[in-house]
Amino acid sequence: MNALTPLPPAEPALSRPPCQHCAAALPQGAAGYCCAGCEAAHALVAGLGLDAFYARREAAAGELRPVLPPPLDFTTRTHPLPGGEHRLELLISGLTCGACVWLIEQALAAEPDILAARMSLTTRRLTLRWRGPAERANELVAVLARLGFRVAPWSPACLRAADDAEGRALLRALGIAAFGSMNVMLVSVAVWAGGDMGDATRALMHWLAMLIALPVVLLAGLPFYRSAWAALRAGRLNMDMAVSLGVLATTAMSVSETLRGGTFTWFDGATTLLALLLAGRVLNHAGRRRARQAGAQLLALQQGSATRLNPDGSTQTLPLETILPGQSILVAAGEALHLDAVLQDTTALLDTAAITGESLPRHYTKGDALPAGATNMGAPFVAQVTATLADGSLAAMARLLEQAEQTRSRITTLADRAAAIYLPTAHAIAVATFLGWWLLGDQPWQAALVPAVATLIITCPCGLAIAVPAVQVVAAGALFRQGVLLARPDALERLASADHVVLDKTGTLTQGRPTLLPGPHTEAALRRAATLAAASRHPLARALHRACPDATLADGVREFPGQGLETAGLRLGSAPFLGLDQHDDGMALWFAAPNQPPLCFRFTDALRADAPAAIAALKAQGLTLEILSGDAPAAVAAVAATLGLEHFTGGVTPQSKAARLQCLAATGHHPLMIGDGSNDAAALALAHVSACPAGSTELAQSAADIVLTAEGLAPIPAAIATARRAQRIARQNIGLSLAYNALAVPLAVAGLVTPLLAAAVMASSSLIVILNALRAGRPAWTR
Amino acid sequence: MDALILLIPIALFLGLLGLGGFLWALRAGQYDDLDGAAARILFDDTPPRKDP
Repeated sequence: MNALTPLPPAEPALSRPPCQHCAAALPQGAAGYCCAGCEAAHALVAGLGLDAFYARREAAAGELRPVLPPPLDFTTRTHPLPGGEHRLELLISGLTCGACVWLIEQALAAEPDILAARMSLTTRRLTLRWRGPAERANELVAVLARLGFRVAPWSPACLRAADDAEGRALLRALGIAAFGSMNVMLVSVAVWAGGDMGDATRALMHWLAMLIALPVVLLAGLPFYRSAWAALRAGRLNMDMAVSLGVLATTAMSVSETLRGGTFTWFDGATTLLALLLAGRVLNHAGRRRARQAGAQLLALQQGSATRLNPDGSTQTLPLETILPGQSILVAAGEALHLDAVLQDTTALLDTAAITGESLPRHYTKGDALPAGATNMGAPFVAQVTATLADGSLAAMARLLEQAEQTRSRITTLADRAAAIYLPTAHAIAVATFLGWWLLGDQPWQAALVPAVATLIITCPCGLAIAVPAVQVVAAGALFRQGVLLARPDALERLASADHVVLDKTGTLTQGRPTLLPGPHTEAALRRAATLAAASRHPLARALHRACPDATLADGVREFPGQGLETAGLRLGSAPFLGLDQHDDGMALWFAAPNQPPLCFRFTDALRADAPAAIAALKAQGLTLEILSGDAPAAVAAVAATLGLEHFTGGVTPQSKAARLQCLAATGHHPLMIGDGSNDAAALALAHVSACPAGSTELAQSAADIVLTAEGLAPIPAAIATARRAQRIARQNIGLSLAYNALAVPLAVAGLVTPLLAAAVMASSSLIVILNALRAGRPAWTR
Repeated sequence: MDALILLIPIALFLGLLGLGGFLWALRAGQYDDLDGAAARILFDDTPPRKDP
């Protein structure tokens, strides 16, 4: 493993203007555009008169480089509408700003048969409606791909993530509560200020406040009442219980005071409390929804297709779920095999890193069972499918994951713990106040109820209910901007308590894709080879082209799938393709030029550039580390030695990975599992907390608590630092709101609290807690 | 205090009008794509459509 130094970054083109379409630095010898795709895209945009896009966009350089449309038939995804119209919903990736929305809508609106094109920047959903045949779908998708946007069918998972009935209900409740609190306040301020107000006027004011507040409390409080009721039925007490009880008791007492013609009512406190708490809920929900959507979109973009080989020899690209057992599929070079199948050709070379963690490709012969999830590293082959997508091994693993998820220990969150101690105490004090005034203070029971309910209002955990969620909203938002998605609500608290890290090797510590090793080849030879490699999608050819990214495609390159590439006497490919009698491990490409000895380019799965720094940071945070990999022990040992890790195990099966995690949990550790492959999924689901790097398999992503969207491992120590800080701030917040209560409760018990005082205490404690929570979003280094 | 008889109903009516507007906007989907709405305000008017 001596390929650990990252490649030097491409030299920034300081003097020359960047590519006119995608803004990437231009390769040598190119003028105006970095590639033919960008030139065509620019011509398309300019031809539609949409040049204004380039002045407005905020896209990162290279982001908009045109892509091949996905090999899917979108015709099957259209919905026919009456009148010969069709509707298609797409997920668009690569949107960076409003200008992209504008470009997409305008470019599509320029198509004559388009009736409507509406893009949502929040959900990345494009809804298209056109008059004409369903087959137009593929052409419209191709337009988007030519502009440089990645397109995927809008999946049911995306729909679930984007469908936001709960968010709308919360927002509606917030609107009602805000209206109510403002208008009740209008009345209440008059009562507070009007010391010389006559009794009749004051009674009128109280009646008015009651008329406004009663429907508001009943409607806007519903989210809390529902949650409290659900917890109560499950035999638990939660913060919502305290909120519901506080709001309802306050309202009930205020109603009775209004009817009795009392001096004070507390309607303003009840409605303002609801509005404040609902505002927090809405923000919290929006953050969660954003994370959920980003996760669903990552998965939708990975959604594959399969090429079915019909008995008459024709081929058809179809969605995976339509392929039946017994049918034959054709797997192209570099393509992933998504279904369980039996090999029908004589040999095949498959990269199984995502399934087993092995970094070297494996050879299969006719009749061998091929694992779903592997990538074809050799020649195209034909395989017979043995199970549908829903019955296959990947789906079976997904079901196992769901079971593992349910058995995972539920952690008692900080807010739950605080509620469990706080609620009984607060309610006991309220009851004691009532009994004290009634029995010892010789008051009628109606009068004794007033200080008791005032205690409930003062202890109603406004600050406490916001204390923890506010910190989590701020921290999760900061992490989201750093490319860390929290997929589960309790991920932050789990992450803060992790004390041991279990790392997968292939695809996690390493890049999970081949990288060129330094060798005897010269720069000129590499460049010549890369001009051929640019033509192929084969993983090794792409790795070669990545090593020399500005090499432009040579003319007339012919690809012999799975063997090599050829043009004008130059040949690049496997040893047999060049007529050499060499044996290699499937991670080498040979290059032959006329009158020169053949050159060998070797590849390896290199370490991620930031892995050593990330490991060092994790160690500095006091975590112990170990590697658990399915790869050969020697390869694991080499990586462990480079990173300075003492504990490592190679050749581990998915089952023993999971067993190791269970063993760690049983011995009182809180392991953080980081893995990307399907073989890690069970371990990810069982770990105390789990994360998967960018580009992980679908299974790993659905099992992990945390999904990285940014390349590299550096976000992990940063996320741990943020999580620990957030936890510390949440504790401070709980302390702060308890201190407020300790000051105010004696006043309430003594019957000295007026509605004005209650409002001031509640508002100021909430404000302090929120201001403190804002600190959680600041990056750790500004401390 | 006679002014209250007039002023309070007016204040409440205006408040309810605002609430009604908010609920209508919510139901009409105007809160579904807040990011997009923020960007959309800067777009120029749609160029005249070519007739097919």
